[in-house]
Amino acid sequence: MIRAARAILAKDLRLELRTKESVPAMTLFTLTVYVLFHFGLDRNSLDGSLAAGVLWVTLLLAAVVGVARLFAAEREQGGIEGLLLAPVDLTALFVAKAAALFLFLCAVELVALPAFALLLLGPDLLDPLPELLPVLLLANLGVAAVGALVAALATATRAPELIVTLLLLPLLVPVLIASAQATEPLVRSDPSADELGRWLGVLTLYDVVFVLLSVAVFDFLLED
Amino acid sequence: MIDLDGLRRHYGERVALEGITVRVEEGATLAVLGPNGAGKSTLLRVLAGLLRPHGGSATVMGASLPDERWRLHAHVGYLGHEPLLYRELSGRENLDYHARLHGLDGERVEELLAAVGMEGRADEPLRDLSRGMVQRLAVARAVLHDPPLLLLDEPRSHLDPGAGEALEPLIGRASGRTRVLASHDVDGALDEADLALGLRDGRQAFARRATPREARELYR
Repeated sequence: MIRAARAILAKDLRLELRTKESVPAMTLFTLTVYVLFHFGLDRNSLDGSLAAGVLWVTLLLAAVVGVARLFAAEREQGGIEGLLLAPVDLTALFVAKAAALFLFLCAVELVALPAFALLLLGPDLLDPLPELLPVLLLANLGVAAVGALVAALATATRAPELIVTLLLLPLLVPVLIASAQATEPLVRSDPSADELGRWLGVLTLYDVVFVLLSVAVFDFLLED
Repeated sequence: MIDLDGLRRHYGERVALEGITVRVEEGATLAVLGPNGAGKSTLLRVLAGLLRPHGGSATVMGASLPDERWRLHAHVGYLGHEPLLYRELSGRENLDYHARLHGLDGERVEELLAAVGMEGRADEPLRDLSRGMVQRLAVARAVLHDPPLLLLDEPRSHLDPGAGEALEPLIGRASGRTRVLASHDVDGALDEADLALGLRDGRQAFARRATPREARELYR
């Protein structure tokens, strides 16, 4: 299973490097939305719940762009049939797709977070980053697990992009709540790490539940 | 090797296959003939385990479909209408990827690139290759794991006569594999078949050694 997952992940990363279909689009979307908020709110800096909300809603909407393209190559070029014809446990496909999405999200955040700080957090831009890092990693893991599951489900339908949008965002509400709540004290004008542990616990629980659920049902989603 | 008894498959209300009963012995070639929409591709996809049968029984290499579909994977080579290769990857990268899925090493990939005459253009992305070259790579993909059973849907489409001959040792009678061959080339298919299955509107017209004249009746 690990061998197959590594092969699929390497193929997906190579395809992304060649086509540049997902990460640049997600990054550009994120930057555009932060610029829009910068001018739309007509404020030089945000803090507290507004800053956390803007940060996370934008990142999760960018994730929708990535999830909608996650199975595009398989859908359009017969990749799923190629896998069904190989002696491969389809859990490997889930692991590889979730890992690819996780890496895509991390790549987007490498650009998006400095841009967010520059455009919307004011002068103390990267101070909260060390505490924010575990929130980002746990949120990315949850989005990656749910995203891979929803992308697989949508790929068998006639309108995968629409299905992804309709299904993914409601499923990500817990991630949004926990991530925004964990981030809010970090981006206050007087930052603190109050209750960070509690919200990290919620994110961890969400990740465990959706990883286990995805592994349990993934095979059935792709069968005829 | 293949034993079908009353096989049925439908797409919603539309019957794609009904009452297909045929037996193919090891090493034999079954030609599947019939006009467009007769059910040839559906039959091959059922035999490959890509589609579930909805009735009757289907046993392929001792694996009862669909429950034991997983037992087939290392033993069946499937060449359908789509090459099942990625356009942005080169031929070598595509074959390396499939080799890794099958737990094979790169040596087999190089051997097959030479066998299909693609070693000189193995590093070009598929989108830059002609359809015939992609078909050669698709043949290499189908036989990569040296399967004893080949399911071939119009395998020589897009190939020039030279390429067709070059691929003979891989997918032709000379390969020694059991083959199910769907084709519109009635004479060619009957020439290399031990048995012919005639399909019309998903139903079995005959399953025996057929003459070209009998086979052509399917298309009227």
